[in-house]
Amino acid sequence: MGEDHGVWLYAITRASAGQGEWNGSRGVAETPLEAIDEGGLRAVASRVPLAEFGADALRRNLEDLDWLATTARAHDAVISTVGHMGTVIPMRLATVYLDDDRVRSMLSQHDHELRFTLDRLAGRTEWGVKAYRRPGVLVGAATSGATTAGPGAGAVSAGPTDGSGTARPRRRDQLSAQRSADEITARRAQEVHSALTILAADSRRHPPQDPKLTGRREQMALNGSYLVDDSRLDEFASAVAALDDERCGLRLELTGPWPPYSFAGNGETQR
Amino acid sequence: MTSPDVRIPAAGGQPSRADQRVALMDLLDRVLSGGVVISGEVTLTIADVDMVHVSLRACDASVDALQPGAVGGGTVGR
Repeated sequence: MGEDHGVWLYAITRASAGQGEWNGSRGVAETPLEAIDEGGLRAVASRVPLAEFGADALRRNLEDLDWLATTARAHDAVISTVGHMGTVIPMRLATVYLDDDRVRSMLSQHDHELRFTLDRLAGRTEWGVKAYRRPGVLVGAATSGATTAGPGAGAVSAGPTDGSGTARPRRRDQLSAQRSADEITARRAQEVHSALTILAADSRRHPPQDPKLTGRREQMALNGSYLVDDSRLDEFASAVAALDDERCGLRLELTGPWPPYSFAGNGETQR
Repeated sequence: MTSPDVRIPAAGGQPSRADQRVALMDLLDRVLSGGVVISGEVTLTIADVDMVHVSLRACDASVDALQPGAVGGGTVGR
């Protein structure tokens, strides 16, 4: 051990939470998990070699998508397992401490706010809702609402023209239809987010995912996270289903349950 | 099972490779920009690393290497 190893943190729980499910399981790089307790709080951790997880090595490895994917899944798997035993505060990926003593002093130094966060997260679960624009629907709606609606409207929603005839005015129509469709999409995404936020204890909007990264052609209009009381999950899921309406022009996807990644911050350390 | 790969859309079906890729992005959205950050002299890493920026560079490099011209081409395979 010692200077060639660091302490990777996965999550913080109450020390009174059970340990049965994760005892003996492994974390990133197949390292065995351990509990570091201090004053009634527990950090779930594992000892990692600095050759792979030290600052310089991490900076390099985080740019390797395969390494990042494997590490993120291992980190998440531990947090999910620990979360089955009680309320959990997930740590940001790649939080590495020098040794156990520093982890203990962090736990005691931040005792008050960590307990406050644990109370806030208790009995609640994070759910993700993504909204994708349904191709064609909003474009058609925007065009038919405009005064220029006519034979051209069909061509706009049908995509590129075959190149014959009046390309220039049609192109302008397309651009303006595109612009109003973008505005409608943004407005409806905000409406969906507001409607779901009312049903949630807290909510966050992540930046929309880049189609280049997801490989999906559809434009993402909403990438939301919602902290939902477990007792209100049915109500929340029904609302998502109701909002996933063709006439609305957005296709909704519900993901989860997630550990409360998006709601673990204390406001002081997160934007 | 707690693997992110089972977090397929509520609409269901077998997760395709594209769905797995999306599930990974959903996970990265959260583990790289969420989770509690307790910075200070006690941490060896993280505080000075722009995680989101790093991840996007990793993803960009991977996309460029694996899927030339795939954007806009429909189904993405690996």
